[in-house]
Order: sequence, then C-alpha cells, then structure tokens
Amino acid sequence: MSTTKELWVYAEQREGKLAGVVQELLSEGQILCEKSGYTLAAVLPSANGAELCQELYNFGAKKVYTIDDPKLADYQNDYYSRAVAQLISEKTPEIVLYGATTIGRSLAPTVAVMVNAGLTADCTELDFDVEAGNLLQTRPAFGGNIMATIICPDHRPQMSTVRSNVFKKTKLSDSESGEQIEYSVDLSGVPERMRRLESVHEADDNSIDLNAAQFIVSGGRGVGKPENFKVIYDLAAELGAAVGASRATVDAGWISHHHQVGQTGKTVCPVIYIACGISGAIQHLAGMQSSDMIIAVNKDPDAPIFDIADFGLIGDLHEIVPEFKKQIAAAKA
Amino acid sequence: MNIVVCIKQVPDSDKVTIDRETNRLNRAGVPSIINPFDENALEMALQLKDEHGGKIIVVSMGPPQAEEALRTALAHGADEAILVSDRKFGGADTWATSYTISLAIKKIEDVDLVLFGKQAIDGDTAQVGPGVAHFLDIPMITYAKGVEVTGDTFKIDKVTEDGYEIWDVDKPAAVTVVKEANELRMPSLKKKMAAKKAEIPCWGFDELNPIEENIGLAGSPTKVSKIFAPPVKLNKEILSGEPSEMIAELIHKLKEQHVL
Repeated sequence: MSTTKELWVYAEQREGKLAGVVQELLSEGQILCEKSGYTLAAVLPSANGAELCQELYNFGAKKVYTIDDPKLADYQNDYYSRAVAQLISEKTPEIVLYGATTIGRSLAPTVAVMVNAGLTADCTELDFDVEAGNLLQTRPAFGGNIMATIICPDHRPQMSTVRSNVFKKTKLSDSESGEQIEYSVDLSGVPERMRRLESVHEADDNSIDLNAAQFIVSGGRGVGKPENFKVIYDLAAELGAAVGASRATVDAGWISHHHQVGQTGKTVCPVIYIACGISGAIQHLAGMQSSDMIIAVNKDPDAPIFDIADFGLIGDLHEIVPEFKKQIAAAKA
Repeated sequence: MNIVVCIKQVPDSDKVTIDRETNRLNRAGVPSIINPFDENALEMALQLKDEHGGKIIVVSMGPPQAEEALRTALAHGADEAILVSDRKFGGADTWATSYTISLAIKKIEDVDLVLFGKQAIDGDTAQVGPGVAHFLDIPMITYAKGVEVTGDTFKIDKVTEDGYEIWDVDKPAAVTVVKEANELRMPSLKKKMAAKKAEIPCWGFDELNPIEENIGLAGSPTKVSKIFAPPVKLNKEILSGEPSEMIAELIHKLKEQHVL
C-alpha cells in the first residue's frame, strides 16, 4: 500500500469560521507527526478557503488543501463527502482526524465507506506505534467501563473522530507559514438530492452548549426540586460554565433535555465537571467520565460518583454549592 | 409509504453494575432492550404511518436472540420484521455492518424512508446510519427531530450544536433520529399477542449474497488491539466538614493545579 506520509485534519468551518475542535486536532496532530515523521496538513472544503489558512498554519498545519466551490459554502453531506473522499483517494494520506461534531459525525462515516477506510468514533487518546506504523486509537466502550484500543492495520487512511476538549490547543505563533494547495473537485456530477432551506442559531444560551463548555455544573436528583436548580445556575454563571443534568431530573421535568448528560443525553469532556447531587448511575458516568477533572458534591459518602471523582465533597449541595459560588466570586474580586 | 426502521438490540445499561474490585461490568442477567434512540426512530415511523398510511418494516442485524427486539417493535406497531443474522456476519465493525444491512434493505421493495436512532448506546459510534445511506446511494440527514412528507420530498428538522436546520430532501432518504423527537407509544395488547406469533424471516449469507470480503471480520477495517480497565484516579481527595472550609481548600487546590 503506497500512501503519502501525511496526517490530515478535517478543517470544519461553518459560515467561514473554523470549529474550535480543529485547533485541538491540529495540536494533537503536531505530537503525532513528531512521533511518526508524517507531515501535518489540513483539508478545507469551503467557499473561500484562503481566508482560513493562516489560522491552520498557526496551529501547526504545514499544508492546507483548500477545495473551493460555491456548493461547499455550507455543509451538505453529498457534496462534502464527495470532495473529501476524492481528495483522499488521490493524495492517500495515512491518517485523517475529524471533530466529533454533528458535521464530523455525518461526514466521517460517509467518507469511511466511500474510500474503504477504518473509522474509530470518539477517541479519547491517540498514539502512534512507530514499529507497525499504526495509529493507536483508544476509546471508551460499554458505557466507559472498558477502554478499547482500536487499530486499522490493513486499510488507509486510518480515520478517527474526536470530541471537543479532549486535546489541548497549542498555538505555535500568530505568523506561521505553510503552503496552500488549491484542489478542485467537479461536483457537477453529484445529484442535488438535498437542500438546506433554513439555518437557525437559537438565542446564544451558553448554559446549554455542553459540548464546547470548558466547565460544566450539573445537577441530579439531590437538587430536590426544579426551583432548586437556581443554585446550580448561579454557580455556573459565576464560572462561565454550562449547566448539565442527570436523566432523573430531565425525566422528572425539572430541566429541559438540552441539559441531559449521559448515555441517552450528551457526552461531554470539559476541563472541570462539577456533579452536584448526582449519585453516578452508570448511564450518567458514560457521558462525563472523560472530563479532565471531576468534582462531586454528594451527601452520600458511598455514592458511586466518588469512585471517579478527583475531588469529592461530602455534604449538602444546598450549602456547598452557594458557598462555592461565593468564594469564586470573592476570588475574582 | 414504506418505512424501514433499523434497530439494534443492546444491553440495558441502567441495569448494568460495576464490579468495584475488578472494574468490570456485571452483565450476567442484564436484560436486552431496543437501543433507546431506535425507539425514537420507530415512533417517528409510526407517526408518519398514522398520517400517511403505508408499512413499517423493522430490520435488525445481530445474533438470533435479536429476534426478541424485533418482536417488541412489532408489539409497538411495526408491520413486519426482518432479522439479519448469520455466523458469517459476526465480528463486523460499522463498515461491514453498514454494508450488510444495506443489502437487506435493497431486498425490500419501494422503500421511501430509512430511519435509524442517532447512535446505539453500546458502541456510541453513530456510523451505521450514514454508512447504510451511502451503500443505498440515498441522501442522508443525521440528528433529525422531525420529518414531514411534502409531496415527493421530505422536510426534515435537524438539530445542530446551537440551533436547528430545515432541509428539503428527495425520496428515498435516510434519517437518524434524536431523542427529543418523540417518545415511543405503549404497545397494544392485541399487537403484543400478534407479535408473539409473528413470523420473522431470517436473512443470512445465502439470502443476501454479499461480497464475502465485505462482511464479518474480514470486511471490518478496524480491529480491537486491546481492551483494558479505565485508569483509576490516583490522586483522589475526599473532603468533608464545614462547607466554607471544604470550598476554601478545594479552590486552593484548583489554583495550585492551574485549572482556575
């Protein structure tokens, strides 16, 4: 199998703005390229890629493959998958990384079957086996109770999706240089089978943007009643955090499902996850245990949430959480 | 309108417990359920059928016992069920699974819509819906919370990170469905009884006639290299006592670790 020794990051853009996860993937790509000797590159389908190249260079991309086409202005699965698959088939990179966003999780599996590549979802760790030349893709399985390392020995490229906040951003400088390679794909042969009629950004309610949040404060059954979520919101506001919730509180109607963290809700990995009055049912843990740091507040010292917490505070959340807010506010003053 | 709903049988994670000693799952005696997100896909199909008529065919790939999940789907109101099962399909990753399921759907006539849950709760990959759509060569929308029929096309309400999008999509189409779309109706007693007796065809290697190198382990680009218990938190600190003191100590530690 002859391939180009390159590691690609899918440079996801919406309305001409790169997704934050792209910087994270490039930063991890720098490390993997150091180990593998591969060249770090980005692939950028859009209407006008030139505008975004500098940001990609600054995070370590040596090359940016831009694919400009009016049809690629906004994400459309048929056009995007054709563009990316064709570029992959022609340039044969070793590795392609995608953000596990709603876009990445549509594009990557489509491209994977198109180019006969292996795809590993939601990796929490990537490493490179220099001897075998394989990407080692580690991800939680069975609700996070088991970790599995996946390899893709006989197919190229090796592809992974990775959620936001899993990797840290490392910007090299504001003026890195790189090479823009303009690539054109003929999309006239792709039938137009779907059309976006409307795109609505709802009121920018940061409290529900759990995927991008650096901090999350979450409430569980221990909150007691719907109006008590105020203490959770107050601490979240002080920290600039999003608000999460356990399934029990969502099912009870205390808070909207947008906030639900867990196996049937959102999977999150913030820098700090503060679980308040959450006992730690396995289905909740599955959604948050890859957080960098977990702080648990619970009355019950035997609550399973303490098993995975970095800091466990035993006591009444109705006293502890407001105190937390007060001291954060004081520290900022 | 003919709607195919792809469902997966998964272990009921709510009933799974952790062995604190070995950090492994206790799966013995854990009941199997229909993947919760697939219930939303099924309900979406039922609502479309309520409004427009037609037929709902549920398809599940898995071991023979996946038939149980199909019977449950029939009890909830699906019209027909097909089990895709063969020893030769075993060990399939999402690539080979997508290929195999697409062959089964191709055998079903006049399909207008193929529905999936947004992902399965055991693997959480969300890859099979898009994979099947590609093999069927039909357009695909992920994370839908609503589907309306508008003449020859579907009007689909898709959830995004910060809002929603409305798409107009040609028939036939594939759609993956989110939880907030709906809640699955209760099964009726009559349908429950009928589901027990329903005949569920099993389509295996001979029925689907797949390309052999595309199925099972051989058709799976990804391999599991190792499985291990998640790392245990070593520097765990449990604080108790006065809230003000606990918080002061916590904030001090967070500052020390430069996370605040």
